[in-house]
Amino acid sequence: MASPVNGPGTDPRAAIAPGTAIPTRRGTELLLLGFAVLITMAAHLIIDITVTGSPGTELATFGLWFSGLWVVAHVVVRRFAPYADPLLLPCVAVLSGLGLSMIHRLDIAGGQPGGADTTSVDAPVQLVWATVGLVLFIAVLVIVRDHRTLARFAYTLALVGLVLLAIPAVLPNSEINGAKLWIRVAGFSIQPGEFAKICLIVFFAAYLVDKRDVLALASRRVLRLELPRGRDLGPVLLAWVASILVLVFERDLGSSLLLFGIFVVMLYVATERASWLVIGLLLFAGGAFVAYQLFSHVRVRVDTWLDPFAYADTGGYQVVQSLFSLGTGGLFGAGLGGGRPDQVPVAKSDFIAAAIGEELGLFGLVAMIVIYLVLVERGLRTSLVVRDGFGKLLAAGLAFSLAWQVFVVLGGVTGLLPLTGLTTPFLAYGGSSLVANFGLVALLVRISDAARRPAATAAATPPKLTDAPTEVVQP
Amino acid sequence: MNAPLRKVAISVLVLFTLLIVNVNVIQVIRAESLRENPRNTRVLTDEYGRERGAIVVGGNEIASSVETTDTLRYLRTYANGPLYAPVTGFYSVLFGNRGIERAEDDVLSGTDDRLFGRRLADLFTGRDPSGGNVELTLDPAVQEAAMAGLEGRVGAVVALDPSTGAVLGLASTPTYDPNLLSSHDPAAIRAYDEQLDALETDPRVNQAISERYAAGSIFKVVVAAAALATGDYTPDTVIPAPQDYVLPGTDTDLQNFGNEPCSPTGEQPLIEALTISCNTAFAQLGIELGEDALREMAEAFGIDGEERQIPLDVAGSTIGEIDGDAALGQTSIGQLDVALTPMQAAMIAAAVANDGVLMNPYLVESVQAPDLSVLDQTEPEPLSEPFSEEVADQLTAMMTNVVDEGTGRRAQISGVEVAGKTGTAENAGPDHNWFIGFAPAEDPSIAVAVFIRNGGGTGGDISAPIARSVIEAHLQGRG
Repeated sequence: MASPVNGPGTDPRAAIAPGTAIPTRRGTELLLLGFAVLITMAAHLIIDITVTGSPGTELATFGLWFSGLWVVAHVVVRRFAPYADPLLLPCVAVLSGLGLSMIHRLDIAGGQPGGADTTSVDAPVQLVWATVGLVLFIAVLVIVRDHRTLARFAYTLALVGLVLLAIPAVLPNSEINGAKLWIRVAGFSIQPGEFAKICLIVFFAAYLVDKRDVLALASRRVLRLELPRGRDLGPVLLAWVASILVLVFERDLGSSLLLFGIFVVMLYVATERASWLVIGLLLFAGGAFVAYQLFSHVRVRVDTWLDPFAYADTGGYQVVQSLFSLGTGGLFGAGLGGGRPDQVPVAKSDFIAAAIGEELGLFGLVAMIVIYLVLVERGLRTSLVVRDGFGKLLAAGLAFSLAWQVFVVLGGVTGLLPLTGLTTPFLAYGGSSLVANFGLVALLVRISDAARRPAATAAATPPKLTDAPTEVVQP
Repeated sequence: MNAPLRKVAISVLVLFTLLIVNVNVIQVIRAESLRENPRNTRVLTDEYGRERGAIVVGGNEIASSVETTDTLRYLRTYANGPLYAPVTGFYSVLFGNRGIERAEDDVLSGTDDRLFGRRLADLFTGRDPSGGNVELTLDPAVQEAAMAGLEGRVGAVVALDPSTGAVLGLASTPTYDPNLLSSHDPAAIRAYDEQLDALETDPRVNQAISERYAAGSIFKVVVAAAALATGDYTPDTVIPAPQDYVLPGTDTDLQNFGNEPCSPTGEQPLIEALTISCNTAFAQLGIELGEDALREMAEAFGIDGEERQIPLDVAGSTIGEIDGDAALGQTSIGQLDVALTPMQAAMIAAAVANDGVLMNPYLVESVQAPDLSVLDQTEPEPLSEPFSEEVADQLTAMMTNVVDEGTGRRAQISGVEVAGKTGTAENAGPDHNWFIGFAPAEDPSIAVAVFIRNGGGTGGDISAPIARSVIEAHLQGRG
């Protein structure tokens, strides 16, 4: 695979003298995981004591189970991806731990004086989903020993992705809150779109890397923009248009925006042509305009975004409640268990960030955003460091998808963007999202392992290059 | 691909910075306005989550908070809702607070400075914070008699302890049930609200303190006071009292009630003029005294246009603009722009009863901590001294005569000397009916004003008997 830009010269480990052992940093990871578990347990304890006056009976079970998850994850990483980035897993652990704590907190809010009086127990369910997610995490690491093998299944995955996306559209009984995104089986609701997203990212990465030279070079100039030939772009454009159409049909604004953003950025990274960003923005503006004109639900979202308080009892209710929640939290927050985050609609899923902002305050919420930032930037760093183009693009796509999703969701919850209805990765209640994102992180861990693995054992790199004593600077 | 990757990494940083800046704006700059936004139900659940203090009358809680299991923890309940509604007001999720619930909200909700020490203690002991109690000056027997007397009519009764200014009764009809406006069920509240809106007279309007009405003849007490205060008049001073009196500079022929002559001689003593409520005599007397003397006396009685707090808001009473002697003549018999609240009418009687010292009316006897320890006791204080004790005695004698043998006979109580003045005020509809008075005349313990809107009869017929029953209820209660 041609990769002119990416040579050993840009490899930061080129300066390391041969024979020096690359630290795996697994100890750091374990330490940080312990820290994440500790924070989660402390949060649980504080919530129980603040709200009910005594530690919950399930605290010990929860603690054992939750720490068990990460011990297992750590052991699997140690065995199957020893050189993986040590920050990825702890970030996920602390985010999902924080999410579990908040869900637990909202669970018992129902029994609080003045609570909704319906005590639901979603935290244990979420813990089960986290366990399922871990199984997927392990499966990915064990089965996908080399991320490049995924490229071979690109077209299959594209098909799987599109089918997954389309299933709810054709199923009856798939609508929840106005969006047709769900498969309901035996009491469980699965949102296949979350998995479709990952399949499509893999496909985009494989296809774009395959065609990147053609896409970048064999282009025609139209209005000072360099456009590739249609036949080169065909399949990927087809997949993208199909998925957008499906999502529009399913009224899933969030996922449409998500896939569109990921696609444009991956195209830009692959071709290194900023013109794609310009085209993407133009297409987005056009699409947004058409959607605003055509669909009333889009119009409602935009109108309520511009002035949520004018629609405080109708379309703007959720955002207004979320803003109240955040505003009441202020700098330091009401303290865990001290606020009323249950007064925000769907606080456990879409608006869990508001709950965190209310009870942990600005400091807690910013800390959470920074943890996401660390996770994303570690993913992008993996992308920078890994040597093969497919790995680069895949890691970039996965990392950016996380970033974009967090931005769109938090932007919606805080009134920066219109509400689109995506979940906060790892944090929000919801099985599909949690499980799918565990899979996503597994892929990032796999690629980061390849990126940080000493050259001698990295199958991708010819030995003579890593032995080169001096840097080779690419022109 | 690394160059664009780095740009993507920077873009992500920019996007997240945007998020963080936005969150800062919300949680720091906009925090206070969001916290205090009335739509923010946290304010409400917070408020309802604390045990609100009780409103106490005669040792009984007439408004208290009951713990429930619904979203808003404490439900406000009124033990004798319609009876005390003109005072308590309501505590509504939808319409906010009214009455004492609003005027004493700081104490009841527990945010008042006088409860600071208590709040601090709650913080350390972890006890649920609760509000303080408000003990009212009301006399339950007086309130019951007043509301019973008003039943079926639109009107108001205000009873004061003339020596302190304590409000013994504050009744207004039609009344309503504050329980139904203070429930936790918005639909039920709205339904009741619509029901009240459909009524001809909104029961939520307090006739005793919020509305002002033409005073009619009760204003003659103020004119008489002004005359006596000059020192040129005594109750026995003979003044002109013709059958007809053409107001100076006009063709308006002022007549007496029923166009009856006041005296066959065309003149009579001041005391007699008040006893039979002679219009021509008082119109001429007022013109004789002049606008300044009259206005000065009216203001000394509190008729100065100023809103007052007892702590409920009392609308300002006024004698209006007086343009020339004709207007002065009409003003002197309580017509034209003389507009008094029943509370102000009661204050006129109270000033006479209290030897010429008008005490500041007040409704809150004391403020108590949740453990019933008294935090603040209201000290009675004089508002003004409209006239001397001597004038007060003369007025008392005149008003006693009104009840003994004049228009106020229906206020008589056997064994008790009652002083009073009736009033029948002309207006667009049927006449308003007034009675102000106090008893026992020699040592008054209650001053009362009774007002019936558009009662149609005379003050003596309609209002005096209500005053009588209110005074009786009070005197019986005192043993």
